Amino acid sequence: MIRLMPLLFLGLVLVTPMQAAEPLVFDDPAQEARYQELTGELRCAVCQNQSLADSDAPLAQDLRAEIHKMMMSGRSNEEIKTFLVDRYGDFVLYSPDVGGNTLALWALPFALLLGGALVIVFAIRRRKQLPAAADEERFD
Amino acid sequence: MIGRLLPLLLFLLLGALLAVGLTLSDRKTDLPSPLIGKEIPDFRLPLLGREIETVSQADLIGEPFLLNVWASWCVTCRVEHPVIKALAESGKIRVIGLNYRDARQDALAWLEQYGNPYALNLADTSGRTAIDFGVYAAPESFLVDATGRILYKQIGALTPDVIQNEILPRLQPTGDSP
Repeated sequence: MIRLMPLLFLGLVLVTPMQAAEPLVFDDPAQEARYQELTGELRCAVCQNQSLADSDAPLAQDLRAEIHKMMMSGRSNEEIKTFLVDRYGDFVLYSPDVGGNTLALWALPFALLLGGALVIVFAIRRRKQLPAAADEERFD
Repeated sequence: MIGRLLPLLLFLLLGALLAVGLTLSDRKTDLPSPLIGKEIPDFRLPLLGREIETVSQADLIGEPFLLNVWASWCVTCRVEHPVIKALAESGKIRVIGLNYRDARQDALAWLEQYGNPYALNLADTSGRTAIDFGVYAAPESFLVDATGRILYKQIGALTPDVIQNEILPRLQPTGDSP
């Protein structure tokens, strides 16, 4: 009986429904490359740390199929992005459009970097003003 | 003197930002819906159980309703179901189901087992209509007013608190009691 275990296990695995995605057909390699690039640039709403290209979530599968369909009917990348943003919001774009509520998001890192740089500049300037003797004293 | 304190102040500011970020991150997986304030998307779906009949969004506009996205495979939907049933039974608003990516038999059996409080159920087998609604999880619920505008979206299970604080107030915007 124990010898049958591997066979039973194999049977169990084979019976488990595996949702293999149907391979998508493209007109040419350039279009396929464009599809790969676009789905890599879009975020999965379900597995939120993954791109649409990487995610296994059913919604991601649905959206990839939808994107493929839109590409085949001649839609541009912009139109596809708009389609998704209209339904799911800015979140689906890794690079949200600059404007309105995303201005702070874009500007803040540069503002902080600039602020940090200024602090360093002032700190260096102050040190240069101290007489050399004062520095020597510290190492007594 | 302030120059010396500046790095410390900046650090404290960043620390404060971190604290705010951490507290907000509790519901960070909820995506705000861009459909709030907009009219429900166009669709035509068969009725679950009577698929020969189809329903379009125009058929539903006229009276407010709560569109509840559910599926027999969705465990949280089972947890939420008593709340949906109570809401429908209260008569305050009609509840319409959007059966999301489900198999007909499974969905019908689920309603048989747990009860069917829905005025009607739309069979969105492919989930294509759900995409137009920006659905990314089940359960989700949309509060739609009499003109077909989406007033509120609930991501995750509806609770009595949400009904009390978010749904009912939006049904009576002028503050009149029924």
